[in-house]
Amino acid sequence: MDKKKYKEIVDRNTPKENYVKNAIIAFLVGGALGSLSELLLRCYSLWFELPRKESGVLVVLTLILISSILTACGVFDTLVTKVKAALIIPITGFAHSMTSAALEYKNEGLVLGIGSNIFKLAGTVILYGVVSVYIFGILRLIVTGG
Amino acid sequence: MTYVYAFLFCGLVCMIAQLILDNTKLTPGHVTSIFVVIGAALDIFGLYDKIVLYAGAGALIPITSFGHLLIHGAMDTASTLGPLGLAFGIFELTSAGISLAIFAAFVLALILKPRH
Repeated sequence: MDKKKYKEIVDRNTPKENYVKNAIIAFLVGGALGSLSELLLRCYSLWFELPRKESGVLVVLTLILISSILTACGVFDTLVTKVKAALIIPITGFAHSMTSAALEYKNEGLVLGIGSNIFKLAGTVILYGVVSVYIFGILRLIVTGG
Repeated sequence: MTYVYAFLFCGLVCMIAQLILDNTKLTPGHVTSIFVVIGAALDIFGLYDKIVLYAGAGALIPITSFGHLLIHGAMDTASTLGPLGLAFGIFELTSAGISLAIFAAFVLALILKPRH
Protein backbone atom coordinates (compact mmCIF):
# COMPACT_ATOMS: atom_id res chain seq x y z
CA MET A 1 0.00 0.00 0.00
CA ASP A 2 1.50 3.34 -0.94
CA LYS A 3 1.55 6.31 1.36
CA LYS A 4 -1.20 8.18 -0.44
CA LYS A 5 -3.70 5.38 -0.05
CA TYR A 6 -2.73 4.95 3.58
CA LYS A 7 -3.31 8.64 4.25
CA GLU A 8 -6.72 8.43 2.58
CA ILE A 9 -7.76 5.59 4.84
CA VAL A 10 -6.51 7.41 7.93
CA ASP A 11 -8.38 10.56 6.94
CA ARG A 12 -11.56 8.62 6.37
CA ASN A 13 -11.41 6.90 9.73
CA THR A 14 -10.36 9.71 12.06
CA PRO A 15 -13.48 11.01 13.80
CA LYS A 16 -14.20 14.49 12.55
CA GLU A 17 -14.71 17.10 15.26
CA ASN A 18 -17.77 19.05 14.37
CA TYR A 19 -16.23 22.43 14.93
CA VAL A 20 -19.22 24.46 13.79
CA LYS A 21 -21.39 22.83 16.43
CA ASN A 22 -18.64 23.22 19.05
CA ALA A 23 -18.27 26.90 18.20
CA ILE A 24 -22.01 27.53 18.50
CA ILE A 25 -22.16 25.73 21.85
CA ALA A 26 -19.17 27.76 23.09
CA PHE A 27 -20.82 30.98 21.88
CA LEU A 28 -24.17 30.27 23.53
CA VAL A 29 -22.82 28.99 26.85
CA GLY A 30 -20.12 31.64 27.05
CA GLY A 31 -22.64 34.34 26.23
CA ALA A 32 -25.09 33.04 28.82
CA LEU A 33 -22.31 33.08 31.40
CA GLY A 34 -21.53 36.69 30.48
CA SER A 35 -25.16 37.78 30.81
CA LEU A 36 -25.58 35.93 34.11
CA SER A 37 -22.46 37.62 35.48
CA GLU A 38 -23.89 40.99 34.48
CA LEU A 39 -27.10 40.12 36.34
CA LEU A 40 -25.08 39.03 39.37
CA LEU A 41 -23.03 42.24 39.18
CA ARG A 42 -26.21 44.35 39.33
CA CYS A 43 -27.60 42.25 42.20
CA TYR A 44 -24.37 42.71 44.16
CA SER A 45 -24.26 46.47 43.63
CA LEU A 46 -27.93 46.64 44.70
CA TRP A 47 -27.63 44.39 47.76
CA PHE A 48 -24.33 45.64 49.13
CA GLU A 49 -24.60 49.18 47.73
CA LEU A 50 -21.21 48.87 46.04
CA PRO A 51 -19.96 50.73 42.95
CA ARG A 52 -19.83 48.69 39.72
CA LYS A 53 -16.06 48.19 39.90
CA GLU A 54 -16.12 46.52 43.31
CA SER A 55 -19.14 44.38 42.51
CA GLY A 56 -17.30 43.29 39.36
CA VAL A 57 -14.51 41.96 41.57
CA LEU A 58 -17.13 40.20 43.71
CA VAL A 59 -18.61 38.53 40.62
CA VAL A 60 -15.16 37.25 39.61
CA LEU A 61 -14.59 35.95 43.15
CA THR A 62 -17.95 34.17 43.10
CA LEU A 63 -17.11 32.44 39.82
CA ILE A 64 -13.68 31.40 41.13
CA LEU A 65 -15.22 29.93 44.28
CA ILE A 66 -17.95 28.07 42.40
CA SER A 67 -15.59 26.59 39.82
CA SER A 68 -13.04 25.56 42.48
CA ILE A 69 -15.74 23.69 44.39
CA LEU A 70 -17.15 22.11 41.21
CA THR A 71 -13.64 21.03 40.21
CA ALA A 72 -13.00 19.46 43.60
CA CYS A 73 -16.31 17.58 43.35
CA GLY A 74 -15.34 16.30 39.91
CA VAL A 75 -18.27 17.96 38.13
CA PHE A 76 -16.26 20.57 36.26
CA ASP A 77 -14.43 18.15 33.95
CA THR A 78 -17.67 16.63 32.70
CA LEU A 79 -19.02 20.12 32.08
CA VAL A 80 -15.89 21.10 30.14
CA THR A 81 -16.17 18.10 27.83
CA LYS A 82 -19.71 19.23 27.04
CA VAL A 83 -19.31 22.99 26.57
CA LYS A 84 -15.55 23.15 25.78
CA ALA A 85 -13.98 26.62 25.66
CA ALA A 86 -16.99 28.34 27.23
CA LEU A 87 -15.67 27.30 30.64
CA ILE A 88 -11.92 27.38 29.92
CA ILE A 89 -11.71 30.98 28.69
CA PRO A 90 -13.68 32.68 31.48
CA ILE A 91 -11.93 33.08 34.83
CA THR A 92 -13.47 29.72 35.79
CA GLY A 93 -10.76 27.99 33.76
CA PHE A 94 -8.05 29.71 35.79
CA ALA A 95 -9.54 28.52 39.09
CA HIS A 96 -10.14 25.08 37.62
CA SER A 97 -6.51 24.65 36.56
CA MET A 98 -5.26 25.55 40.04
CA THR A 99 -7.66 23.35 41.97
CA SER A 100 -7.19 20.37 39.67
CA ALA A 101 -3.39 20.69 39.84
CA ALA A 102 -3.53 20.92 43.64
CA LEU A 103 -5.74 17.83 43.88
CA GLU A 104 -3.75 15.86 41.35
CA TYR A 105 -0.39 16.31 43.08
CA LYS A 106 -1.75 16.07 46.61
CA ASN A 107 -0.24 12.59 47.06
CA GLU A 108 3.29 13.92 46.52
CA GLY A 109 3.16 16.00 49.68
CA LEU A 110 2.23 19.46 50.84
CA VAL A 111 5.33 21.28 49.62
CA LEU A 112 6.68 19.20 46.74
CA GLY A 113 3.21 18.18 45.60
CA ILE A 114 0.65 20.92 46.09
CA GLY A 115 3.14 23.72 46.65
CA SER A 116 5.28 23.31 43.58
CA ASN A 117 2.55 22.21 41.19
CA ILE A 118 -0.38 24.49 42.02
CA PHE A 119 0.75 27.05 39.42
CA LYS A 120 1.61 24.44 36.83
CA LEU A 121 -1.10 25.59 34.40
CA ALA A 122 -2.15 28.93 35.88
CA GLY A 123 1.51 29.97 35.90
CA THR A 124 1.60 30.52 32.14
CA VAL A 125 -1.31 32.96 32.41
CA ILE A 126 0.43 34.97 35.12
CA LEU A 127 3.84 34.77 33.43
CA TYR A 128 2.72 36.01 30.02
CA GLY A 129 0.37 38.51 31.60
CA VAL A 130 3.14 40.10 33.66
CA VAL A 131 5.76 40.00 30.90
CA SER A 132 3.43 41.59 28.35
CA VAL A 133 2.28 44.23 30.84
CA TYR A 134 5.89 45.22 31.56
CA ILE A 135 6.59 45.56 27.84
CA PHE A 136 3.34 47.37 27.03
CA GLY A 137 3.58 49.54 30.15
CA ILE A 138 7.10 50.71 29.34
CA LEU A 139 6.03 51.34 25.73
CA ARG A 140 3.09 53.42 26.89
CA LEU A 141 5.24 55.37 29.35
CA ILE A 142 7.68 56.15 26.53
CA VAL A 143 4.91 57.14 24.09
CA THR A 144 2.70 59.19 26.40
CA GLY A 145 5.33 60.19 28.95
CA GLY A 146 3.32 59.01 31.93
CA MET B 1 -28.76 46.54 26.59
CA THR B 2 -25.69 45.69 28.65
CA TYR B 3 -26.98 42.12 28.92
CA VAL B 4 -27.02 41.76 25.14
CA TYR B 5 -23.52 43.20 24.76
CA ALA B 6 -22.30 41.01 27.63
CA PHE B 7 -23.75 37.97 25.89
CA LEU B 8 -22.26 38.90 22.52
CA PHE B 9 -18.78 39.78 23.80
CA CYS B 10 -18.32 36.84 26.18
CA GLY B 11 -19.83 34.44 23.66
CA LEU B 12 -17.63 35.75 20.86
CA VAL B 13 -14.44 35.40 22.92
CA CYS B 14 -15.35 31.82 23.86
CA MET B 15 -16.25 31.01 20.25
CA ILE B 16 -12.95 32.32 18.90
CA ALA B 17 -11.12 30.25 21.52
CA GLN B 18 -13.12 27.16 20.58
CA LEU B 19 -12.34 27.66 16.88
CA ILE B 20 -8.63 28.02 17.67
CA LEU B 21 -8.70 24.87 19.83
CA ASP B 22 -10.50 22.82 17.18
CA ASN B 23 -8.56 23.94 14.13
CA THR B 24 -4.99 24.22 15.42
CA LYS B 25 -2.74 22.14 17.62
CA LEU B 26 -2.72 24.74 20.41
CA THR B 27 -3.76 23.57 23.89
CA PRO B 28 -6.03 25.49 26.30
CA GLY B 29 -2.85 26.69 28.04
CA HIS B 30 -1.63 28.34 24.83
CA VAL B 31 -5.00 29.91 24.12
CA THR B 32 -5.45 31.41 27.59
CA SER B 33 -1.89 32.82 27.48
CA ILE B 34 -2.54 34.38 24.07
CA PHE B 35 -5.82 35.86 25.27
CA VAL B 36 -4.22 37.42 28.34
CA VAL B 37 -1.63 39.11 26.13
CA ILE B 38 -4.39 40.30 23.76
CA GLY B 39 -6.35 41.70 26.71
CA ALA B 40 -3.30 43.61 27.92
CA ALA B 41 -2.58 44.85 24.39
CA LEU B 42 -6.15 46.11 23.95
CA ASP B 43 -5.84 48.13 27.12
CA ILE B 44 -2.59 49.91 26.27
CA PHE B 45 -4.64 52.94 25.26
CA GLY B 46 -7.79 52.12 27.21
CA LEU B 47 -9.71 50.29 24.48
CA TYR B 48 -10.68 47.45 26.78
CA ASP B 49 -12.08 49.97 29.26
CA LYS B 50 -14.55 51.02 26.58
CA ILE B 51 -15.56 47.39 26.02
CA VAL B 52 -16.12 47.03 29.79
CA LEU B 53 -18.27 50.15 29.66
CA TYR B 54 -20.59 48.54 27.11
CA ALA B 55 -20.42 44.82 27.92
CA GLY B 56 -20.15 45.13 31.72
CA ALA B 57 -19.46 41.83 33.43
CA GLY B 58 -19.42 40.12 30.04
CA ALA B 59 -16.02 41.74 29.50
CA LEU B 60 -14.80 41.13 33.07
CA ILE B 61 -15.34 37.36 33.02
CA PRO B 62 -13.13 36.21 30.09
CA ILE B 63 -9.42 35.73 30.79
CA THR B 64 -8.68 38.73 28.53
CA SER B 65 -9.84 40.88 31.45
CA PHE B 66 -6.94 39.47 33.49
CA GLY B 67 -4.45 41.16 31.17
CA HIS B 68 -6.60 44.28 31.17
CA LEU B 69 -6.66 44.45 34.98
CA LEU B 70 -2.89 43.84 35.19
CA ILE B 71 -2.01 46.73 32.89
CA HIS B 72 -4.74 48.89 34.39
CA GLY B 73 -3.36 48.53 37.93
CA ALA B 74 0.20 49.03 36.66
CA MET B 75 -0.61 52.20 34.73
CA ASP B 76 -2.70 53.65 37.57
CA THR B 77 0.24 53.43 39.96
CA ALA B 78 2.70 54.47 37.26
CA SER B 79 0.81 57.73 36.82
CA THR B 80 1.58 58.69 40.42
CA LEU B 81 4.91 56.93 41.09
CA GLY B 82 6.48 56.97 37.63
CA PRO B 83 8.04 53.88 36.02
CA LEU B 84 8.50 52.22 39.43
CA GLY B 85 4.73 52.14 39.75
CA LEU B 86 4.62 49.41 37.11
CA ALA B 87 6.10 46.96 39.58
CA PHE B 88 4.10 48.27 42.55
CA GLY B 89 0.67 48.25 41.01
CA ILE B 90 0.72 45.34 38.59
CA PHE B 91 -1.23 42.95 40.83
CA GLU B 92 -3.32 45.61 42.54
CA LEU B 93 -6.63 44.78 40.87
CA THR B 94 -6.12 41.05 40.32
CA SER B 95 -4.86 40.23 43.81
CA ALA B 96 -8.37 39.42 45.05
CA GLY B 97 -8.93 36.85 42.31
CA ILE B 98 -5.49 35.24 42.48
CA SER B 99 -5.37 35.01 46.28
CA LEU B 100 -8.87 33.55 46.55
CA ALA B 101 -8.07 31.03 43.79
CA ILE B 102 -4.88 29.96 45.64
CA PHE B 103 -6.63 29.73 48.99
CA ALA B 104 -9.66 27.85 47.66
CA ALA B 105 -7.48 25.44 45.68
CA PHE B 106 -5.30 24.69 48.72
CA VAL B 107 -8.14 24.18 51.20
CA LEU B 108 -10.17 22.05 48.77
CA ALA B 109 -7.11 19.95 47.95
CA LEU B 110 -6.54 19.37 51.67
CA ILE B 111 -10.06 18.24 52.49
CA LEU B 112 -11.08 16.40 49.31
CA LYS B 113 -9.63 13.48 47.37
CA PRO B 114 -8.97 13.61 43.61
CA ARG B 115 -11.62 11.87 41.50
CA HIS B 116 -10.83 10.42 38.13
